[in-house]
Amino acid sequence: MDMPTSAARHLNRVDAINWNRLQDDKDLEVWNRLTGNFWLPEKIPLSNDIPAWNTLTEHEQQLTIRVFTGLTLLDTIQGTVGAPVLIEDAITPHEEAVFTNISFMESVHARSYSSIFSTLCATRDVDDAYRWSEENPFLQKKAELILERYRAEDPLMRKIASVFLESFLFYSGFYLPMYWSSRAKLTNTADLIRLIIRDEAIHGYYIGYKFQRQLARLPAERQEEIKIYAYELLHELYDNEVKYTEALYDDVGFTEDVKKFLHYNANKALMNLGFEALFPASVTDVSPAILAALSPGSDENHDFFSGSGSSYVIGKTVSTEDDDWAF
Amino acid sequence: MAELVYFSTKSGNTRRFVEKLGLSASRIPLSRNDQPLRVDEPYILIVPTYGDGDPLSSVPPQVIRFLNDEHNRSLIRGVIAGGNTNFGEAFGLAGRVVAQKCRVPLLYRFELMGTAEDVRRVLAGVNEFWKRSA
Repeated sequence: MDMPTSAARHLNRVDAINWNRLQDDKDLEVWNRLTGNFWLPEKIPLSNDIPAWNTLTEHEQQLTIRVFTGLTLLDTIQGTVGAPVLIEDAITPHEEAVFTNISFMESVHARSYSSIFSTLCATRDVDDAYRWSEENPFLQKKAELILERYRAEDPLMRKIASVFLESFLFYSGFYLPMYWSSRAKLTNTADLIRLIIRDEAIHGYYIGYKFQRQLARLPAERQEEIKIYAYELLHELYDNEVKYTEALYDDVGFTEDVKKFLHYNANKALMNLGFEALFPASVTDVSPAILAALSPGSDENHDFFSGSGSSYVIGKTVSTEDDDWAF
Repeated sequence: MAELVYFSTKSGNTRRFVEKLGLSASRIPLSRNDQPLRVDEPYILIVPTYGDGDPLSSVPPQVIRFLNDEHNRSLIRGVIAGGNTNFGEAFGLAGRVVAQKCRVPLLYRFELMGTAEDVRRVLAGVNEFWKRSA
């Protein structure tokens, strides 16, 4: 079989993996974090959200199911295509193992939306939303833009697309459960979504890290080309994401705030790739209620420079009794 | 005078943030085999957050080793933490842990390698902070 020459790619034979001999200790660090975070939707008491679900209007329910169907599609792509191509591109056996974990967890995420549906929703409404997801041009275009890059045989392009999926494309969807949570609605569903958001952060970080390691080995000229390509792809995805956002949220009036959330997360996706943020602070000021829903409890920890309080607080007591600390 | 002391793993997020600040900074070494860092002037510590929620593992061991040196610890004046709001309550947790252990203020939290706005706020904040403590 002809191997692409664009990168030192593929482990050519399978050796028994030895976790006691690491080529990159980041692999073990991330493996430990991912396995430590393992969860299943069955552990979340979603049925406690049934009363809150029934307070949503028919239109709000439809919007929520559609948003979750869109998220399911992205998780499906990442679990069955995205992470598996990253396994192919891996250059250490431990990296392969980490991507098997990422692949499986994406399938857990995709599965968990179905748990939400079966707990809260009428089958007919869910079937309607799946039909909508197959027909919505912006959702389909989003999938196609990513799948095109996954099918292209360049490991760096694949990682760029993968980081944009993990760290940017989910957020038009994640906005809505965070919004409901800020209104004390669907709070158990929001707990589940926060577990997904936590996982995606590690995925984006790790794929971005591997991208940066590979990029650093290329000549400066090629690095520049790839950077330009990354910003171009982000713009293309962003233009489509804005249309997707308008199609979903114009009726409920959330579009402008969702766009800020997109800008904020697009910046983080770029940073995961080691590139500078694109959107200025003036368009990333997501509503405080959404940020608080994203990081519950963190408002107790104003920091000094932000000037959000007249004085700083050190924060609530955290236990640090540990042998490592000598004081 | 090195105004900043920082630690950064191979991913280099904290290193990039510190480079963008453009202030004199000393790096806590990554490997146990390197010469340990010893400081002579008051400093602000910039630290990334490890793990996702357990205070016991949130501060990188290299930073703990640095702070276990009583002389180093006596000169810390404040802490700035890196992190990611995706980790919810654990965002910048290492900063809270260090602040509490060393009884210094948590000055700021930034995400990943920080934005231009983070750089602006930290530069202004650090400047003001040293003026006030002078």
